[in-house]
Amino acid sequence: MVATLEIRNLHASVEGDESLILRGVDLTVKQGEIHALMGPNGSGKSTLANVLMGNPAYEVHEGTVLLDGEDVLDMEPDERSRAGLFLAFQYPVAIPGVTVANFLRHAINARMKAEDPDSKGIPIPKFARMMREKMSQLHIDHAFAGRYLNEGFSGGEKKRAEVLQMAVLEPRIAVLDETDSGLDIDALRIVADGVNSLTGPQMGALVITHYQRMLNYIKPDYVHVMYDGRLVESGGPALALELEEKGYEWIREKHLAQLEV
Amino acid sequence: MAVVRRRSSLPQAPSFTRADVEALGRENQEPTWLLERRLEAWQRYIDTPMPYMEEEWRRTDYRHIRWSEADRLAHANGLTAGVVPGKNLEPLTGDEQGGLLVFVDGKVTQFELSDKLTQQGLIFTDLRSAVRDHEELVKAHLMTRAVTPADGKFAALHAALWNYGVFVYVPRNTVVELPLHVVCYNTSAGAGFGHVLVVLEDNAQATMQVEYASRHNNEQSAYIGATELIVGAASNLRYVSLQDWNRETFEFSHQRGVVGRDAELDWVNGVMGSRLTKAFIEVDAVGTGANARVSGFFFADRGQFFDLDTQQNHNAPLTNTDLLFKGAARDDARTLWQGMIKSLPEMQRIDGYQVCRNLMLSDEARMDSVPGLEIEADDVACSHAATFGTLEEEPIYYLMSRGITRPQAELMIIEGFFDELLQRVPFERVRQRLMDEIEAKIIG
Repeated sequence: MVATLEIRNLHASVEGDESLILRGVDLTVKQGEIHALMGPNGSGKSTLANVLMGNPAYEVHEGTVLLDGEDVLDMEPDERSRAGLFLAFQYPVAIPGVTVANFLRHAINARMKAEDPDSKGIPIPKFARMMREKMSQLHIDHAFAGRYLNEGFSGGEKKRAEVLQMAVLEPRIAVLDETDSGLDIDALRIVADGVNSLTGPQMGALVITHYQRMLNYIKPDYVHVMYDGRLVESGGPALALELEEKGYEWIREKHLAQLEV
Repeated sequence: MAVVRRRSSLPQAPSFTRADVEALGRENQEPTWLLERRLEAWQRYIDTPMPYMEEEWRRTDYRHIRWSEADRLAHANGLTAGVVPGKNLEPLTGDEQGGLLVFVDGKVTQFELSDKLTQQGLIFTDLRSAVRDHEELVKAHLMTRAVTPADGKFAALHAALWNYGVFVYVPRNTVVELPLHVVCYNTSAGAGFGHVLVVLEDNAQATMQVEYASRHNNEQSAYIGATELIVGAASNLRYVSLQDWNRETFEFSHQRGVVGRDAELDWVNGVMGSRLTKAFIEVDAVGTGANARVSGFFFADRGQFFDLDTQQNHNAPLTNTDLLFKGAARDDARTLWQGMIKSLPEMQRIDGYQVCRNLMLSDEARMDSVPGLEIEADDVACSHAATFGTLEEEPIYYLMSRGITRPQAELMIIEGFFDELLQRVPFERVRQRLMDEIEAKIIG
């Protein structure tokens, strides 16, 4: 069955703050599809990513998010992950003392234990083999596995670590939050290649980006524009090019005009 | 900041007497010099008031000790090493012990020493036997160079009444590859006076671990111990001490490393057990170019109070000391670290560093850190720091977003906090065990 993430009329704010950042988002992402989500700074793109993953710093006021009909908003972040959702963080946090390998082994074991409480977890040799394969696939130095997670990582290393986690956890729907930010063109190409090697019929992706350049490497099926907490434009790849050419100003004008009508 | 509490009553003193000291000397048929030293220390003990308001003690309230239970001297009870938990007896590396010495209630119950080490001239024996068999060596080093009776009330009491211990002597130019392992395990309540005396002559090397543990007991115990690590010129000692006393034990200990010219001491000190621990942990860098790394980890829970007083004394130029302590506290536990780096005026080109990192796991826990410097030289690089943190939501959320449950995420973050410290324990097997013990504390 094709997994489907359905976002309906989603309203959200920062926890404890009444002013809404998301003001009624509607979007459906299916396994196998690539959606690009663009929009000016402050339009609510990262908030959407975090609300989808269950960041406790945000609060949902209204609306639903369903993954295969299951209520995602009712789930803790770990349950969402095990249900097949993934977020590549814009600013991954450093976890001192926890190596990349140790972390990912726990993440896999948590999945196995959720399915079978008696599971002993993945055998270490099997895990090591899998890690080597995935790291090679993403052109990541194998020494990476032994480093403390995100600690002292360069911007590019952090983003690659996010993509590695995605490769290992094999989500059905992945949200990539500005995975292109802070990358030079070479790093961007490597990260984009990694994402491309993972997308396909088995994974749907919501690629959040401020700039069109990411979409030179990751070809979206659909492009959406967020403005003031709503999706105000949707279209095919041509929409991204139009935004690149015209900037976001026309979106703002068009949107304001609509409000006045 | 720490608060000075008003105290309505002075700490009670234990009921030891001069006759206890004399009886100990007689019972062991000790040489005259030792009995004289014991009696001299006893006099110093008598002349020193119970500590309570001095700077090092004013934050340490130990008046809840019931000396009527904790000052009873242990007697031989016929128990064997069989009562010691298997985890404490496991070889530190591989399946071979370089040397193993097990005390149960202060009595030697197991002793092993590989032939290879004996042939090298290594002495690894219990301290009472050493007084008899290596009298001159013990006389020269026992409480003369590292810990002395003048160090405090409990140091003097220990010097008067020490009743078991270990003596290690590594001759010049001797490298002891296999680790030496000492286990001090108590089954009965009461007073224990354990002593560790390690002497490395010049250009020697050794690795050693001492473990302290005791069986649960409803009655109180006092451990009044001393550790002396004397590292000769160009020598290298790696020393690990792990304390996991039961919850009715009060530890008052003095521990000091003396590091000679171009020598290296790598010292890891773990405190997990006891109801109250007051430990003075000091290094004296006495030779030019001496290096000491002092690492400590502690985890206090349910009513525990750990008070760790560290001092780095730069008594020679070009010396380097590096101290890192990391601790956590949960429930209503309290911890206190007081650090001091000292140097004399003419001791130039020294480098001293001290930091204590605290992780507070409950609102009821309290952790204090008081770093200090007394530097009289001017061409020095000395720094200190103390940090305090709690479990933050952001990293927990990050780990959870990968499918890891909240309890597991918290566990990983706390273990990660300690990882840097545990990596300094030179035995993989011991590291794993300590991880398990930390995990047990977290799960509660």
